[in-house]
Amino acid sequence: MSDDAAIVISVRDLVVGFGRRVILDRLSLDVLRGEVIGVVGASGSGKSVLLRTILGLIEKRQGSIAILGIDRDAADNDELREIGRRCGVLFQYGALFSSLTVVENVEFPMREHLGLPPGLRHDVAMAKIEMVGLKPDDALKYPAELSGGMTKRAALARALALDPEIVFLDEPTSGLDPISAEAFDTLIRTLRRTLGLTVYMNTHDLDTLATVCDRIAALADGRVAALGTMSDMQSCDHPWVREYFGGTRAHLAARGSEATAAT
Amino acid sequence: MTHPPQLTTTTQGLLASGAWTAAYLAVLERITGDAGARESSGRIDVAGIVALDTFGAWLLERLRRRIGPDAEFVGVPPHFQGLFDALSKVNQPAAKAGAGNPVLRLLERIGRATESAGVDLLALVAMLGALGEALLRVLLNPRRLRLTSSVHQLDRVAWQATPIILLITFLIGCIIAQQGIFHFRKFGADDYVVDLVGILILREIGVLLVAIMVAGRSGSSYTAEIGSMKMREEIDALQTMGLNPVEVLLLPRVVALVIALPLLTFVGSMAALYGGGVVAWLYGGMSPEIFIARLKEAISLDHFKVGIIKAPFMALMIGAVACVEGLKVKGSAESLGLQTTSSVVKSIFIVIVLDGLFAIFFASIGM
Repeated sequence: MSDDAAIVISVRDLVVGFGRRVILDRLSLDVLRGEVIGVVGASGSGKSVLLRTILGLIEKRQGSIAILGIDRDAADNDELREIGRRCGVLFQYGALFSSLTVVENVEFPMREHLGLPPGLRHDVAMAKIEMVGLKPDDALKYPAELSGGMTKRAALARALALDPEIVFLDEPTSGLDPISAEAFDTLIRTLRRTLGLTVYMNTHDLDTLATVCDRIAALADGRVAALGTMSDMQSCDHPWVREYFGGTRAHLAARGSEATAAT
Repeated sequence: MTHPPQLTTTTQGLLASGAWTAAYLAVLERITGDAGARESSGRIDVAGIVALDTFGAWLLERLRRRIGPDAEFVGVPPHFQGLFDALSKVNQPAAKAGAGNPVLRLLERIGRATESAGVDLLALVAMLGALGEALLRVLLNPRRLRLTSSVHQLDRVAWQATPIILLITFLIGCIIAQQGIFHFRKFGADDYVVDLVGILILREIGVLLVAIMVAGRSGSSYTAEIGSMKMREEIDALQTMGLNPVEVLLLPRVVALVIALPLLTFVGSMAALYGGGVVAWLYGGMSPEIFIARLKEAISLDHFKVGIIKAPFMALMIGAVACVEGLKVKGSAESLGLQTTSSVVKSIFIVIVLDGLFAIFFASIGM
C-alpha cells in the first residue's frame, strides 16, 4: 500500500485573487493516489476557485501545482494534453455538449485523444454508459432530454471516457434528490474500486462526505483549515469546521455511514 | 518498464499477458482480431496481465464473446475482477438493432418527412385557431387586450423596421427602373418603364419584398424570443399562474405584425416608386412631371388594392409560423437556432405560396 500512496496532485503555497480580493492565500494540499478527497467550505470560500485553478482554468498569482508529477507552469503543450488525457472532470451542471447525443459526448474525448477505430470507440463508449448506470436506449438521447440525475451520470461517463487516473467532481450530488444522490455515491464508490480512480470532489453533501470520502479538506480563510477523516473533522476546533461538522445533520450522516459500514 | 501486450495460443487455451491499455491499442486490435478463430477450448488465461483499462478489458470481453457463449476467463487478478464483471454485463446484442436495408431506411425517411410536414400544417392551423380564439375573447372583453405589449411590439416591428425597409425598397425601385429603361430603349419604348415600375411594385414586388424582409427580421426574432422563454420555462410559469400564453405573449405580437405589414408595404412601395422616378429622371432623362403624369395613366387604384390586401394575410402567416416554431424549441441552444432558421424558411415559403394563390384569385375576379 505504501508504494501506491504517491502524491498525484500537489498544490504548494497557492495564491489566487481577483483584483484586490485574495481568495486563496498560500494554500497547500496533497492528494494521494487512490484516495477520495472531499473539499468543503462555505460559499465563497474558494472551493470552486481551487478546483478551477488546479484544472488550469484560472490564473494563479503564486505557488505551484503539479498533477501526476507534471508541473503546470513548466509543462509544454504535449504535457498539458497528457494531463488532459489522464484527468476527467464532471462539471456541476454536466457541461455536456448539447448538440451531440450522449454516446457522441462520451466518444468525443476518445476521438480527440486516441486513434480508435469507430466500432471499438462506440463499443467502449456504450460500455461506459452502462457502467454509470444508464440504459443503452439513453445513449441516443440529447442532453436536453435527460433528467438531472441522468445528466450527471452521462457527464460522469464522459469524464471516465479515457480511463483517467484522477476524476474531479464539482458538486456531484447537488440538485439531486436524496435517493439519486445516494445512488450516485454508491456509483462513485463502485467505479473507484473497479477503475482504481483517484477522486477529488467539491461537495456540500454531508452524506457524501461521510460515506464516500477517505479524507476531507475544509477550506476557510483561503487555506486548508482542517484535513483528515470525518471523525477528525468532528473533533477539530476551528470555529467554521466545528459549526459545519458539529451540527445535527453531520452527526446523523456520520452515524448513518457507520451503520452502512457495519452491515 | 514497458510490457507490450501479448496473446499466445497454448494447448490450454489463449494466454494473455502484458499491459492491456489504451497506449497499445493498435497492437491489441491486431492480436485480438484473428485470435478467436483458432481457439476452441474456450479458456482465456489472463493471470499474466500487469495493467488493464476499459479499452483492454473490452477487447478481451469482445474476444471472449466471439469465441463462444461458454468461453471464460481464468486466473483473473483480484484487482481487475471488478472491471471484468462490469464489462461482462454491457453491450448485449439487443443494443445492436437499428441498421437495416438502405432502401427501407430511405422510405422510412420519406415517410417521416411527410408525416412531419403534415404535423407542421396541423400545428399551423391549430395556432391560427388558438390566435382566433384569443382574439375573440379579447374582442368580447377589450380590457383584456395587452395594449402596452402590442404597442411595444408595433414599435419594434413597424417603426424600428422603417429605415431598412425604405432603403431596400428604394434601391429595388431604382434597379427595376434602370433595367427597364436599358432594355426598353432598344425598342424605343422607354416610356413604358413607368408602367413596369408602377404595376410591378404596387401589385407584387412591394408587398412580397417587405413580407420577406419582415419574416427575416421580425419573424425570426419572435421565434427566438418565444423559444428562449420556452427554454427557461417562462411559458410554463405563465400557464401555472392561470394565464393563457397565446393571449399574453403571442396575440400582441401577431396583432402588431398584422398592423405593421400593410403600413410597411405602403411606405416601401412609395419608396420604390420614388426610386424608380429618380432613376427615370437621372438615367432615363424623364422629368418628374412626366413620370408622375404617366404613372397616373398607367396605374389604377386596383393595382394598389391588390398589393395591400395581401399584406395582413401574409403578416398573419408569418406571425403564426414564428409562434409555432418558437413553441417547438426544446431545452438545447441548438434547437433554438434550428427552429429560428426553420421559422424564416417556412414563413418565406408560405408567403410566396400565398402570393401565388392571391394572383390566381385576383386574376379570376378580374382585378
